[in-house]
Amino acid sequence: MQRTECTGITRVNRVDLERALKRCGELLWQSVRDLLPIVLVVGAFQLLLFRQPLDDVAGLMLGLALVVVGLTLFVAGLDMALFPLGEAMAHAFAKKGNVAWLVAFAFALGFGTTFAEPALIAIADKAGELKATGLDEEARGLARTRFAMTLRGVVAVAVGLALVIGVIRILKGWPVHYLIIGGYLLVMMLTPFVPRAMIGVAYDAGGVTTSTITVPLTTALGVGLASSLRGRNPLLDGFGMIALASLTPILFVLVLGVAWR
Amino acid sequence: MNAIAATADALIATLRDVLPILAVIVFFQLAVLRRPIPRLARVLWGSALVVVGLSLFLMGLELALFPLGEAMAEQLAEIGRGLDVGGDAGAGDAGAGDEVVPDWRNYYWTYLFAFTIGVSTTLAEPALIAVGMKAEEVSGGSIRSWGLRLAVAFGVGFAVSLGTLRIVLGIPLPYVVLSGYLVVVVQTYLAPKEIIPLAYDSGGVTTSTVTVPLVAALGLGLATQIPGRDPMVDGFGLIALASLFPIMTVMGYAQFAGWWNRWRDTRKLGDQNEEPSCTSS
Repeated sequence: MQRTECTGITRVNRVDLERALKRCGELLWQSVRDLLPIVLVVGAFQLLLFRQPLDDVAGLMLGLALVVVGLTLFVAGLDMALFPLGEAMAHAFAKKGNVAWLVAFAFALGFGTTFAEPALIAIADKAGELKATGLDEEARGLARTRFAMTLRGVVAVAVGLALVIGVIRILKGWPVHYLIIGGYLLVMMLTPFVPRAMIGVAYDAGGVTTSTITVPLTTALGVGLASSLRGRNPLLDGFGMIALASLTPILFVLVLGVAWR
Repeated sequence: MNAIAATADALIATLRDVLPILAVIVFFQLAVLRRPIPRLARVLWGSALVVVGLSLFLMGLELALFPLGEAMAEQLAEIGRGLDVGGDAGAGDAGAGDEVVPDWRNYYWTYLFAFTIGVSTTLAEPALIAVGMKAEEVSGGSIRSWGLRLAVAFGVGFAVSLGTLRIVLGIPLPYVVLSGYLVVVVQTYLAPKEIIPLAYDSGGVTTSTVTVPLVAALGLGLATQIPGRDPMVDGFGLIALASLFPIMTVMGYAQFAGWWNRWRDTRKLGDQNEEPSCTSS
């Protein structure tokens, strides 16, 4: 009796274990497949064109192993956490039916993730230095920090607003391309009136807002929202948040550049 | 010891990325929704995997690929520059002075590297993998994750390659960007409606963790080698193009897939139409 019970348990465990191992193997293989091209390109150019022997082979191998394992864990975590979380919150807000809270959540998510984004802090500091050149020693430090903080605030508000617009767009069913094409038209019209140095800062600000963790979460939020509303197509209405979030920072920083000219 | 310190650094950087998101979600969950998150333990486990995985991924890139790739990207322009100088002297051209005009034909290695590095880094981009997974799931498999990612990757590869050619030739960036957007506007009206939001999104996704450092290094290397190019403007220009071209290639991919399916369907339909007419007569 005891023995059969025992073997029963081990058999179940073994099936579970086998399934988990198989899934792990699949994910690992996918990661290898995703990373193989970049390794081949760098390796081929290094060996055929530069003809230099690799000096730190051990470090290289360790690094590649970390990249493969890291990507595998990330993708596994996407399915377990980021996607279900974003969708669960979207469903809960849709069920609650309170648009004001949903809008507040979208804004907080956009503002919060962007204000603390390391890439944005780096750009803001660099831009602050540009802005402060020509001032005397004492005024320079003050002007620099003030400019950097303003820039971070403006970009964070821009991303917060982008997610708000994205959410309202999903609720109303507006097509995304009018917003995006209109927005880029504005960007092109504003560009000639902005100082040259600020143009680079503005376009860079558009790229820093789409970090590797925010992208899956916002995508899941949009798709979840569109699929829990009647009459919305998740493919047609759920995507488009990231496009908005990389447009509004450019626009806002350009306006800032015009205002400060 | 050094490796441990680097791991800790990467982990802290990722956690700083995650903390504001966590704060917002926890606040709204507790104060507004007041509803337990379904399968909380699993979500917590998954979040830990995301943070640890991303940290290891970034650290591994820092350790293995970025130093090599960045050094190569910066050195590649020197090969073309060497051909510029050597070729002009051998042929006895007029430009034998200090100012050697760059000949765009000498930079073929740079274009090839730009294309292949653009394609391969985009395929490894974790944010794009996430969007691809979601798109395949939502479309019920009619958009394949791998197909979408290949379309984006070719867009980035083409953009970076064209961008390096632009730097060598010295064409002002606004002309290229403007004509690119015109193509996007025209395509928007021709492409299947379902793909448009996804195509626009994929433009923003590409400027992420893997692609940007290598592509920026390529722009920097070229701009410093060729006189009269501004490293700041040209480095950013490559990235601007890399987030524009995937929009075109993804819409193109959908247009092609649409034509292909229609062509296949009409052929199938033709077969079906033929068969009954044969049997009835």
